[in-house]
Amino acid sequence: MSETTLLQVNDLRTSFFTDSGEVKAVNGLSFSLERGKVLGIVGESGSGKSVTAYSLLRILTDSGRVTGGQVLFNGENILEFSPQKMHSFRGSRISMIFQDPMTSLNPVYTVGNQLREAIRIHTDRTPEQVRERALEMLQLVGVNEPEKRLTQYPHELSGGMRQRVMIAMALACEPDILIADEPTTALDVTIQAQILELMQELQHKLGMSIIMITHDLGVIADICDEIIVMYAGRVCERGTADEIFYNPCHEYTKGLIRSIPTIGANHDKLIPIAGNPVDLLNLPKGCAFASRCDQAMKICLTDAPEEIRINENHIAACWMNVKKVYDEAKEEESK
Amino acid sequence: MSNHPLVDVRHLKQYFTVKSDMLTKLQLKAVDDVSFTINQGETLGLVGESGCGKTTVGRTLLRLYKPTAGEVYFDGNLITDDNINHYRKDMQIVFQDPYSSLNPRMTMADIVGEPLDIHGLYKTKAERRDKIAELVQLVGLNSDHMRRYAHEFSGGQRQRIGIARALAVNPRFIVCDEPVSALDVSIQAQIINTFEELQAKLGIAYLFIAHDLLVVQHMSQRIAVMYLGKIVEIGPADEIIEHPVHPYTQSLISAIPLPDPNAARKRHRIILQGDVPSPLHMPEGCPFRSRCRYATEECAKVCPTLEEVSSGHQVACYHPQG
Repeated sequence: MSETTLLQVNDLRTSFFTDSGEVKAVNGLSFSLERGKVLGIVGESGSGKSVTAYSLLRILTDSGRVTGGQVLFNGENILEFSPQKMHSFRGSRISMIFQDPMTSLNPVYTVGNQLREAIRIHTDRTPEQVRERALEMLQLVGVNEPEKRLTQYPHELSGGMRQRVMIAMALACEPDILIADEPTTALDVTIQAQILELMQELQHKLGMSIIMITHDLGVIADICDEIIVMYAGRVCERGTADEIFYNPCHEYTKGLIRSIPTIGANHDKLIPIAGNPVDLLNLPKGCAFASRCDQAMKICLTDAPEEIRINENHIAACWMNVKKVYDEAKEEESK
Repeated sequence: MSNHPLVDVRHLKQYFTVKSDMLTKLQLKAVDDVSFTINQGETLGLVGESGCGKTTVGRTLLRLYKPTAGEVYFDGNLITDDNINHYRKDMQIVFQDPYSSLNPRMTMADIVGEPLDIHGLYKTKAERRDKIAELVQLVGLNSDHMRRYAHEFSGGQRQRIGIARALAVNPRFIVCDEPVSALDVSIQAQIINTFEELQAKLGIAYLFIAHDLLVVQHMSQRIAVMYLGKIVEIGPADEIIEHPVHPYTQSLISAIPLPDPNAARKRHRIILQGDVPSPLHMPEGCPFRSRCRYATEECAKVCPTLEEVSSGHQVACYHPQG
């Protein structure tokens, strides 16, 4: 673990125990987050990206349980914290903003009340200082007329304004890590641009790390330093934004990039990924993506691929990379 | 080949009355004087942010709402309350949410067969069965799954059922109201391709309503951009995306998240200040002026109308850019 590593996740496993059986939402996920960096987690619904975030903060629903692995924050395993310690840890060191700002704010309390609560719980400021801090936070996130907003209820604010309030709450105690779970999915494109711009600006100003969870490859390309592509609870591929977009080494990532339209006068047919997402109740033995992959080989059906280092900025879990090395070696030999 | 467009919408208005409190009633101008045409086999993309009235345009055009004013011509004939049932066979709709737009108590065969029943499009039971099987295969579903209920299908498959239902009556025009927004990225491409294949095969025209500009550009020959109930710019798709003229279209396009890190680093986002004003309290004059950095006194007086800037490209702005 290097000096600048803030969070290290090792072989994280999370399952939900339902009436129909164990749903393995996260299956051995490992990654590290550097101080002051933006890490993007991209994947489709059911890929385990949100469950990963909930596991880090230990806010899973009753049926969900972390069944293995470690989450090291500054060398300490969060998963072993007592509930009390976790309570003070959440919000002050790692905080989270959610997709839908309407349902994550309490409709019966004013914005000021909720914002002050977040500050009061984690600091021992006087009521006057708490109020000042709340105002300061609203100004920081670019809410106009902050004095008036403190007395308003969430329904009186627009979607973009609510998301700004959520960000103000999440950052009020200066956390080291901000987890943003689809923070702009519910917003219109011009408001999305405002919020993304704000998050980048705050990240530069406050120097925190961000884990950005989204299904939108555009959002990921815009603001992330490093990207993890998830499928069926596992990492397919991990690397810098340039590596993932310009040198994808997993068939799933390649498929995702091919399947989205690009800007400009290009009306070529899209190449979709065939089939449907896997059933997490019955995960296949080999690679989870094998049934939808047009390059699948025999080994893909029997053995889950290991993570292979492509270069110092890039890791991929796909057997094709092994085949490539093997083919190259064979070619070399025949020469 | 006839010389009139397939769908011709003229000065369409749809106002809703909203009670703001016990006494005052306010008028919400969801669609305010919208005109456009769609040719046979063409796709017109309709984009805009939530609340701009794009869904209402689609529904009013099909007379799912009774329009406040304006006319819709289909194949040269004025649509009225009396003849709409006849034209329903020609004009269909595919909805956004494949979960709520299918009846959970009906099997796939019954969902797809219902339009056939309503319009009496078969003579024998065997003919009905064959027609349904043909439709189901046409949209890429397995005809062995006829007896399954909607919940037994995935999101993408459900959207295909919705498409098969719309196709059952052999329409010449389909309103596609955000048909891929609720789907995962990898499934979106499958459905987009299905729409394109059906258009190539059957020559159907689409009004493709969506907020995802990349998808709309990919699907459409022409694009119309709406803001607060009005069309602010309309023209050939590539021109709208590459050389937008209206300040709103420019900021909308600059805000598209680009799935390409180099392009994202290079481009300059035009960030709009503030939010869309409430359609209940619309600003006088140009609806966009409260967020427009080029706005002048002129913009506050009279709302600009669509003027041609180049062939087929119209914009409603006193200060067109570029």
